[in-house]
Amino acid sequence: MRLHLSPEDHAFRDEMRTFFTTAVPQSIRDAVAARRELTKEQFVETQRILNAAGLAVPHWPVEWGGRGWTPLQRHIWHEEMMAACVPPPLAFNATMVGPVIATFGSQEQKERFLPPTANLDIWWCQGFSEPDAGSDLASLRTTAVRDGDDWVVNGQKTWTTLGQHADWIFCLVRTDPAAPKRQRGISFLLFPMDSPGVTLRPIELIDGGHEVNEVFFEDVRVPAENLVGEENRGWDYAKFLLGNERVGVAPVASTKRLLAQAKEHARELQVGGRPLAQDPLMAARIAELENEVLALELTAIRVVANSADGRPHPASSVLKLRGTELQQAVTELVVDIAGPAAVASFADGDSTVPEWARLATPAYLNFRKASIYGGSNEVQRQIIAGSILGL
Amino acid sequence: MEFSYDSEQVALREAVHGLLTRAYGGDQRRAVTAKDPGFDEGTWGRLAEMGVLGLPFAEADGGMGAGPVEVSIVAEEVGRVLAPEPFVAAVVLAGGLVSDVGTAAQRSEVLSALAEGTLVPAFAHPEPGSRWEPTARSVTATADGGGWTLTGVKEPVPHGARADLLVVSAAVEGATRLFLVQGDAAGLTRTGYRTHDGTRAAKVEFDGTPAELLGEGDADRAAAIEKAQARARVAYAHEALGAMETALTTTAEYLRTRKQFGVTLNKFQALTFRAADMYVSLELARSTVLWATLAVDADGDVVTAADRARLQVSRASRHLGKEAIQLHGGIGMTAEYKIGHYTSRLTAIDHLLGDGDWALARLAATVGDHETVDPLS
Repeated sequence: MRLHLSPEDHAFRDEMRTFFTTAVPQSIRDAVAARRELTKEQFVETQRILNAAGLAVPHWPVEWGGRGWTPLQRHIWHEEMMAACVPPPLAFNATMVGPVIATFGSQEQKERFLPPTANLDIWWCQGFSEPDAGSDLASLRTTAVRDGDDWVVNGQKTWTTLGQHADWIFCLVRTDPAAPKRQRGISFLLFPMDSPGVTLRPIELIDGGHEVNEVFFEDVRVPAENLVGEENRGWDYAKFLLGNERVGVAPVASTKRLLAQAKEHARELQVGGRPLAQDPLMAARIAELENEVLALELTAIRVVANSADGRPHPASSVLKLRGTELQQAVTELVVDIAGPAAVASFADGDSTVPEWARLATPAYLNFRKASIYGGSNEVQRQIIAGSILGL
Repeated sequence: MEFSYDSEQVALREAVHGLLTRAYGGDQRRAVTAKDPGFDEGTWGRLAEMGVLGLPFAEADGGMGAGPVEVSIVAEEVGRVLAPEPFVAAVVLAGGLVSDVGTAAQRSEVLSALAEGTLVPAFAHPEPGSRWEPTARSVTATADGGGWTLTGVKEPVPHGARADLLVVSAAVEGATRLFLVQGDAAGLTRTGYRTHDGTRAAKVEFDGTPAELLGEGDADRAAAIEKAQARARVAYAHEALGAMETALTTTAEYLRTRKQFGVTLNKFQALTFRAADMYVSLELARSTVLWATLAVDADGDVVTAADRARLQVSRASRHLGKEAIQLHGGIGMTAEYKIGHYTSRLTAIDHLLGDGDWALARLAATVGDHETVDPLS
């Protein structure tokens, strides 16, 4: 048992901190700090800077840009990146399709896709969820039928995050409708978003933003060589994709940063002749959140420190559940600190309401998503009850 | 940061686990706690033989020279089976104060006897109307020739009637100082009683009772009391972790086996989801408590780390304690079945040295002093 980082890990942390706070343009980091929507160009510029320094895909196999770090080093890399307000490498590329291709793809697929995926020369989007296949993903109905050297894809995907920027999609499609188990008849296909027959339609969300889309496929022809791994084994690859990442499962550093900002706002606001931060109820609420975020961070460290043999620590299932709850609790706190100003969401730059207060409620509404995506928190409870408690 | 035990620590855990499981693995606890002193002197003696009662004390004082990690391992095993022996109260808190403040002669005499199992000390600190302050007010000490006398009332003092030696806090001209009072001292009246969790507490009255100053000089000992209590909070937090873990595994086992409506209870998602939430509370509390133990080990900001552990464990132990009974249903209300005793003990631990809201108020008072809490710094 040891409280502090080893000297090597301490030096590693300093190295990461220095890089993230100096190599990524201040304007991009300011935009993240202010919780503004980033442009595609800002994502791309950042990821190319990280990739040039070997910091975009450190968890990949070494021959494709990985670094062979310990889980704790990867945790430090992730937390320092988030603390410095650096937008992380695009998840669809770095933690989803990249590891799947690197693990299950052919040599040709690896050579063709991995370098541009790491460098965000290809922007990937995820074709998993469908209108009737949310938490119950295995009920998906989009089909791919073999026709000569092509697969012909028909159906619909939804909740396709940032699909408006995407060059390619990785897609779960049903290739054997007669399979005895519905999980067995699914394959993992890759194709360009500008293929004939692909239509993208934006979905406006409750925060007024355009973050997700519907994607329709009508007789989209995909060359057979774009199927990853084995036909009808796509479910295994999807499970690998959703379960292989243990670092950054809980948004610790970004929640800490937002909580620190909230404290600052509460210090600046005067209520009844004293700072709002000195209101006993407000101070207690902040202090309790701070303690809960500490517990979450320590749990995340326990999980990474104990998953060195590749198997996740049992407590890792706690991270997504509690991580999103606390992320939501802090976005809620910011709305409450803004108080009456939280109504002025779409006021322009002339407004007397500061930017953070204008963005507070849309962010709060936006982050209701966090307990739904990536395996809803009810799915997480099911996992804890089933695989940990044996219920 | 690292949270795993080394091989010696694992061996200690297994040895204590074996001893306490033999003592309390069945339903022995009810019989033991039904009669005074509320714990088993034989088990106490076996803990002494194993070296457990001298763990945190210097070898020169008759102890084992081990640290807070070893103490935490024992406390967790105590909690796991609800062993009623006063390990934290006597060793960590009362013994800890003697170790911190006592003269070489006092340390040697008291701690070696404590380690050997022949002397059980108690910390007589709570006063009627006091609420977890590190200071004494109503019990006062008066210089009397070369010695001192104490007057006033302490209550409730855990194990105050059984104790062979009382470590007593008393007010002297506005400061708080510490004294040793022998169990057979003149002018000492002790009225012991059973507490809701099966252990014992006492009303302890001093009436010109002769006392020996603990340590030398006229320093105010409030800070020493604060620090010793902080270490005891962390040790009690481990006792609570052990108890919560058993409460959860017992509840899960019950859900797997109890049948209603023709099926086992684990077929009802309304129940299994609540058990999942209990697991979440337990693991988050465990992370904070392990970290606080390391802070004690590194002699960092022990008081704040203990407050953080206290808050997290208070919330978790109330959550798990209440849900454990509810998920059991009526059987959880009976004294014959064990689960309710876990809730009772967790409730006692929650109120011995400050509850969650008390810790939160202290943390809230300093929340503006830092931008973030960084456990890796």
